[in-house]
Amino acid sequence: MKKTAIIGVGQSNFVRNYPGSIRELAFDGFKEAVKDAGAEAGDIDASVICSAPEYDKQRSPAAVIAEHLGLNSQPTFYVETLCSSSSTGLKMAHAMVASGLHEVVAVLGFQKMSEISSSESQERMGRGADIQWESPFGTMMPAYYAMHAQAHMDRYGTTPDDLAAVRVKASTYGQINDRAVYRKAITPDMFNDSSNKIANPVSSPLRVGDCCANADGSSCIIVANAEKAKAFSKKPIWILGLGAASASVNMSGRDLFTGLGAAGQAAGRAYAMAGVGPGQIDVAEVHDCFTIAEIMAYENLGFAEPGGGNELIRSKETYKEGSIPVNVDGGLLSKGHPIGATGGSQLRTIVLQLRGEAGEMQVKDPQIGLVHNIGGVGIYGNVTILSNQY
Amino acid sequence: MAETKKNIDERFSNFGVVSFTAQTKVNDFVDYLKDGKVMATQCGLCGTVFFPPRADCFRCMDSEMKWREVAGKGKLMCFSQLQFAPVGFENDLPYCIGVLDYAEFKVFGRIDSSIALEELSIGMEMTTEACRLENGQLSYIFKKA
Repeated sequence: MKKTAIIGVGQSNFVRNYPGSIRELAFDGFKEAVKDAGAEAGDIDASVICSAPEYDKQRSPAAVIAEHLGLNSQPTFYVETLCSSSSTGLKMAHAMVASGLHEVVAVLGFQKMSEISSSESQERMGRGADIQWESPFGTMMPAYYAMHAQAHMDRYGTTPDDLAAVRVKASTYGQINDRAVYRKAITPDMFNDSSNKIANPVSSPLRVGDCCANADGSSCIIVANAEKAKAFSKKPIWILGLGAASASVNMSGRDLFTGLGAAGQAAGRAYAMAGVGPGQIDVAEVHDCFTIAEIMAYENLGFAEPGGGNELIRSKETYKEGSIPVNVDGGLLSKGHPIGATGGSQLRTIVLQLRGEAGEMQVKDPQIGLVHNIGGVGIYGNVTILSNQY
Repeated sequence: MAETKKNIDERFSNFGVVSFTAQTKVNDFVDYLKDGKVMATQCGLCGTVFFPPRADCFRCMDSEMKWREVAGKGKLMCFSQLQFAPVGFENDLPYCIGVLDYAEFKVFGRIDSSIALEELSIGMEMTTEACRLENGQLSYIFKKA
């Protein structure tokens, strides 16, 4: 298969309430990516538009967004895998370019979550689970991850303090990320102060501070073949590995609640395609929609043995200066989680890291980076491995 | 001739606090609940047991299924108590959900609200029992074995 590279990345600010329409929100991420690539809309052969459609009133948003971005008459289409939609979009773009069908493809992820209330949002996110057999019991995303947290605590001795430590790390970097929706500091004490909102129970054992913030946002990744990548970009970032997997939607179809099977399988496939192992990853973005999700990601990606994720956060090895820096942009917990834009935002962070352009968040001389992006409660697992080496 | 509205089998809309599905080929599940039974399905060819019940076996590409009761004890694999609820479930708060392992299959559902959170532990034995909810809907619940 031919090599492909990322030549441009962009992201809007992630905010609580974006004061514009979805097409305008999409423009913010697209504009930055096109300028980053030194390209124009006319240089893009096709676009892949990614979001979770239940938040939008617009049917078939690919059409209005492509039109607004000046991407007519190039082909466009829409992909959706819940919270990993734009990682799936990247996979589509890679396949389209590597096959020779197109030379340059834009992956545009977006979500305007603020158009509906928080409880409506939880209900719709819950319907990302099994609506026939689970939703009638009153499920929602935090509760599913909370069940995993309970199982991890029971089996491996993970504590509420370990979960809080993940959030403290996220806030360390969220404070220095000017695109993040949540830029305040969070301390361990806040989780033990019953008068603090951070400590409010959501779904045992998860508290408000264990949950990521809803946000409005967009992201854009521009993928090109080797010839175009070298022509457009002085620092193309090469796609080494793309691994994906799926798992039972209904929890009754799962054997494991201390990790996400689809994440582990996606990682294995991505490592095999890239020809690298977890020890060679210099910097990673993982899908920390909840604090427990980051600890499980450490284990599913092989950064720690099963049950060893809690020790990785206790020892601060996933901080910027540690052996495997993870989510040094604030992650979903502090940066925010605008569903369809999240994967593209994670990819942007790793691309900037590999180019040495991450500013205050920069880790030292990374060559290989990894993105772990999950749709639903481990329904869709996506792992992408990138490198600044051809 | 097109099926008229009055002939549409929407029994499944009676399942759960709020049902999001009206029609399914395993609608008889609701009638079994009314009779106090929680049922799985079992493939007549390969014998695989399915919970939630399915009308089709993906192993055999066949739809010759038999009903089989969810009987005996399961072990609690995981659980959580919700303090926030989606729209339509607020009046039930707080409530617990969990997964029971019956070895041949697993069951996702709600835990009896009379059991305190502190009494729950992973590995404890529970049973799955049919019930009628306050709003008249039919469901099932996990109880202490």
